[in-house]
Amino acid sequence: MYDVLVVGGGPAGISAAIYLQRFKLKVIVIAKDHGALGQTTHIENYYGFEQPITGKQLIESGLAQARRIGVTVNESEEVLSISGVSPFVVKTNKSEYNTKVILLATGMSRPSLRVKGFQALQGKGISFCGICDGFLYRHKKIGLVGSGEFMLEELEVLKNFTKNITIFTNGEPLKVAVNNHEVVSDPITELLGSESFTGLNTSNNHYDLDGLFLAVGTPTASDFAMRIGAFVNQKNEIEVNPNFATNVPGLYAAGDCTGGLLQISKAVRDGAEAAIAINKYLKTKTS
Amino acid sequence: MTVKITSANFQKEVMESQVPVILDFWAEWCRPCQMLGPIIEEISNDLAGKVKVGKVNVDEEGLLANQYRISSIPTVMVFKQGKPTAQVIGLLRKEDLLKRLGL
Repeated sequence: MYDVLVVGGGPAGISAAIYLQRFKLKVIVIAKDHGALGQTTHIENYYGFEQPITGKQLIESGLAQARRIGVTVNESEEVLSISGVSPFVVKTNKSEYNTKVILLATGMSRPSLRVKGFQALQGKGISFCGICDGFLYRHKKIGLVGSGEFMLEELEVLKNFTKNITIFTNGEPLKVAVNNHEVVSDPITELLGSESFTGLNTSNNHYDLDGLFLAVGTPTASDFAMRIGAFVNQKNEIEVNPNFATNVPGLYAAGDCTGGLLQISKAVRDGAEAAIAINKYLKTKTS
Repeated sequence: MTVKITSANFQKEVMESQVPVILDFWAEWCRPCQMLGPIIEEISNDLAGKVKVGKVNVDEEGLLANQYRISSIPTVMVFKQGKPTAQVIGLLRKEDLLKRLGL
């Protein structure tokens, strides 16, 4: 059992992990990749560096710093689902963890499908959450958009409700094995339906469907937050109080996934504040 | 206080209601619905007498859920004189929810 599991190895997550480790808590960081910061080639506005540095340099030295003081950092590991509440059960592509607190620090989330009809049909047959909405599609014909492990995870959930599932990779190569399901790899061009979703067009074909579930790429912080019952605003940012706590006890969020100033300095500060609040929370819980 | 709405009492409690009705479509297994539950309860107390608040369990009332094309929960609808006037999907704070329901 971990005290805190941090999702994300960027400035918010690592800053928090360093403070948490120094509070002598049992901490693990699960980092999928270097995120948006890893793509940044020129950072000139962050404190303490005379010469410009790259995002990659900054992230790598952050990870090394955390490891040096004893934080367990698992890189190239991807969180697929979070269930339970205090303790939470966190399932990744490699393992499963129990933890008293989760800190979401995954960076910003991006809209997952940019095609005609997507905005208008959200909640009208387009779903982001198999465990939330799958039941409503019992024995119906549904589509599932995605090509990797996140899609596979959703498929496992949706299979409990219906056998009639078509996978749409939306132009991506399929990265996982799906048995006994039709797989369509053409890009999706349009989602159809006026009052509710009725089907979709790909570049080559038309498909009639009762519902469409999205599990594109990797689940974002707001995907987890939504499934677990935390407030997510219309900009897909997780709502937190001044202690970086969400409305779900034990679930915290920091950095870009909570919105506001999208800067390294702000993410570092969020991480530190969140860590201090988490330490207090764990103390009151055990005392 | 909220009212449990079923297909048996839907006509009387919702369609023939003298006051606007807020309907919360929910299920036991839906975590966001569980978080919305206390908010709906609070609204029913805040607006007691002015608005009726009902809850529809979509597992038990599949017909009602189908009839109103509920495809994602929680879904909250408002009925005025038997006609749906607003629909909001997902977990929202009380103030945001009331604003988007037009109440």
